[in-house]
Amino acid sequence: MTKPLKQVHLAAHFPGVNNTTVWSDPRSGSHIDFSSFAHLAQTAERAKMDFLFLAEGLRLREQNGLIYDLDVVGRPDTFTVLAALAAVTSHLGLAGTINSTFNEPYEVARQFASLDHLSGGRAAWNVVTSWDAFTGENFRRGGFLAQDQRYDRARTFLATASELFDSWRGDEIAADRDSGVFLADPLAGSFAHRDAHFDISGQFNVPRSPQGRPVIFQAGDSDEGREFAAECADAIFSRHGTLAEGQAFYADVKGRLARHGRTPGELLILPAATFILGDTDADAAQEARAVRRQQVSGQTAIKLAEQLWNRDLSGYDPDGPLPEIDPDPGENTIARGRASVRMHRDPVAVARQWRERAAAGNLSMREVIIEVTGRQSFIGSAATIADSISALVQADASDGFILVPHITPGGLDDFADQVVPLLQERGVYRTEYAGATLRDHLGLAPHRAAQRAGQPS
Amino acid sequence: MTPADRADRPPLHLAVALDGAGWHPAAWREPLARPGDLLTAGYWASLVTEAEAGLLDFVTFEDSLSLQSMRRLEPDGATDQVRGRLDAVLIAARVAPLTRHIGLVPTVIVTHTEPFHTSKAIATLDYVSGGRAGVRVRVSSRPDEAAHFGRRAVAVTEPRDAAFLDTVTGLFDEAADYVEVIRRLWDSWEDDAEIRDVATGRFVDRGKLHYIDFEGRWFAVRGPSITPRPPQGQPLVAALAHSTVPYQLVARSADLGFVTPHDAAQAAQIIAEIRALEADAQQSTGTGTGTGWPGTPLEPRPGAAVLADLVVFLDEGAGVAAARRDRLDERWGRAYRSDAEIFAGTPGELADLLLDWQASGLAGYRLRPAALPHDLAQITRGLVPELQRRDAFRRGYEGSTLRQLLRLGRPASRYAA
Repeated sequence: MTKPLKQVHLAAHFPGVNNTTVWSDPRSGSHIDFSSFAHLAQTAERAKMDFLFLAEGLRLREQNGLIYDLDVVGRPDTFTVLAALAAVTSHLGLAGTINSTFNEPYEVARQFASLDHLSGGRAAWNVVTSWDAFTGENFRRGGFLAQDQRYDRARTFLATASELFDSWRGDEIAADRDSGVFLADPLAGSFAHRDAHFDISGQFNVPRSPQGRPVIFQAGDSDEGREFAAECADAIFSRHGTLAEGQAFYADVKGRLARHGRTPGELLILPAATFILGDTDADAAQEARAVRRQQVSGQTAIKLAEQLWNRDLSGYDPDGPLPEIDPDPGENTIARGRASVRMHRDPVAVARQWRERAAAGNLSMREVIIEVTGRQSFIGSAATIADSISALVQADASDGFILVPHITPGGLDDFADQVVPLLQERGVYRTEYAGATLRDHLGLAPHRAAQRAGQPS
Repeated sequence: MTPADRADRPPLHLAVALDGAGWHPAAWREPLARPGDLLTAGYWASLVTEAEAGLLDFVTFEDSLSLQSMRRLEPDGATDQVRGRLDAVLIAARVAPLTRHIGLVPTVIVTHTEPFHTSKAIATLDYVSGGRAGVRVRVSSRPDEAAHFGRRAVAVTEPRDAAFLDTVTGLFDEAADYVEVIRRLWDSWEDDAEIRDVATGRFVDRGKLHYIDFEGRWFAVRGPSITPRPPQGQPLVAALAHSTVPYQLVARSADLGFVTPHDAAQAAQIIAEIRALEADAQQSTGTGTGTGWPGTPLEPRPGAAVLADLVVFLDEGAGVAAARRDRLDERWGRAYRSDAEIFAGTPGELADLLLDWQASGLAGYRLRPAALPHDLAQITRGLVPELQRRDAFRRGYEGSTLRQLLRLGRPASRYAA
């Protein structure tokens, strides 16, 4: 008996404020005008994708003490642009990254519940936590959270918000003109929550939304992050998109679900993926090399090296060799407001690997950084890309992909027109939306309240 | 009135204040009401589209961080009125792409929220609406709302207590700091900060991005915003005010003041008080308690446009609106009272009143429809044509931004050299 084909899930990531996004391309449009967001969202919806994803950072990035100016800078408010996108789409999920450190549960819960109402059940929340005092300088509390408390904060924030979402059962609004009863339960929305992070009580003021709560995303990669996802999330925004790494991550995280009383279908693994689509595989390969050179200019190469070296390298020639000095192993202070610098857990060892790679290929600093900072996930003709995507999903390296185009806003147009029809032909991708809510698109059962609100946790 | 008089008269600005099923507590029981749809996008889209068809300047959206309550400091447990609501900024954003001219002014409670988040949210509302955003700032003195956040205690005081004025003054001083921060953040990107200079590889000119370095009694905010300067430069800031302390907020911080006079003389008195407070504010440097005032002195802002709030019951025919008001009061079981004057009459009678009071210096009115959609349609299909017949209201939108509709220029960034 052959295993039935798994269905591929696809989503669109609005191009980010990092060097993946090629703003110097003549086709590159505005990163702030609503028309760009509407274009990408409508393309994703035309391609029957599950959702549009927005990242967020709450302080402009800095390097060497100056605002970083080589990448796209600036973005809109997540909730506001998602609510507006609900007006120009009808099925597409609307996923926003919202920080649990510099927000309070009552406000975030009412914003997500409102977005879910206003979109007819299409809201999703990527729960992230930052702890840095750098970002805290923009907020009332400053940098109050210790690094080792961030998952504790995220977990309790989500649990508290969930109590608020569940504080309305969904049957409280009677709106009976004749009897004059609008609200069937005067205590609707009652809650009380107290833990180390939050001590709040009262009544939540947004009645239950179509999905009950937004779909929950998690993006952390550490052991703690994976455990948090296995316990609480509906989907993971992962960075492991290749076959071997993807399968290992997939098996690890799905393997954690049983401990939390959950089944494998209740948590989707969706790696971020970039792509270069060409008429032929050879065309695509050539284009991919050109795009990588646009993404890593000489100046950008220096800046990326500085993020590993944790030193000012402005005196180095990007077309010359890597620095011979070792990275400064202290706290990374050269780049701030950027999650990726925290990925270099052993900078000295990474620098050694980079030097070995440079020596083996006789590569300049820029060339080696082009190699080590990631080629595109999918490169090829539409048929090649469709086959690769399906093969990875069938091999349980993922449940699908969150596509990150490098051109705003038209970077997904060709994918929608050429790759999606092939996935549909192969029987691994929907031709129409089957349901109305994002949970429907993701194949998740309706969310049920865990308990009546107001119970202490 | 002669044609010359009409030409001399300043334009009349009209807004409607949208809240639930309307402002009367029994409005949701009216035959045209849609009490089961109050949490849907379609409901709000139909109201704002109707307001735009009537060429109104803007709509406001009420909001609170607690269930609606008739009590000042606590929940009222009422089940016979609309309870539960959606976030006002998100409603405004949801209807923005469906409209083209009308201003969108959601309420934001400043007491428990972050000025950084609000600044980028309203800037983004300005982007998604093509320059039609405003924000009405509101303070919260409710202990129940404070408990929803658990971050601070709010002193419970009654108006007769000696501490009441201190508490209220503190909340409004904080609101002034909050507005100062959101305004600095809107200016923190100069209009031409995005340069996309391929030759040098720079996306922005970092010399045109500015730290705002605000430090006040309640918060410090470093900046710059993560959102570029919005289309209007400065979206409009509004506040509802009933007494001297909030009048001061209007005078120091707002572009639009909503006030509640009960006759033309009171309107004149309130406007005189606000103008005097504006003159005082011009004397002092900066606003609020904050430091870190940027080097470039602000151009004096024009005085706030003052709009009078009126609750309106409108029907054609003598006594019809008053009879409807009585019927709604009867359904609710008592007479509805409001901070604002309550008007019940024909669109023609309302037009008389609006033009009469306007002479006291009002820029216009924010009408609170007693019942939705009935009284809104009476405004757009009865009152507006009546005012147009008297040459007292626009016959078409004059512009596509809220500033253009209100005849306000687009200010330069305070940080621009």
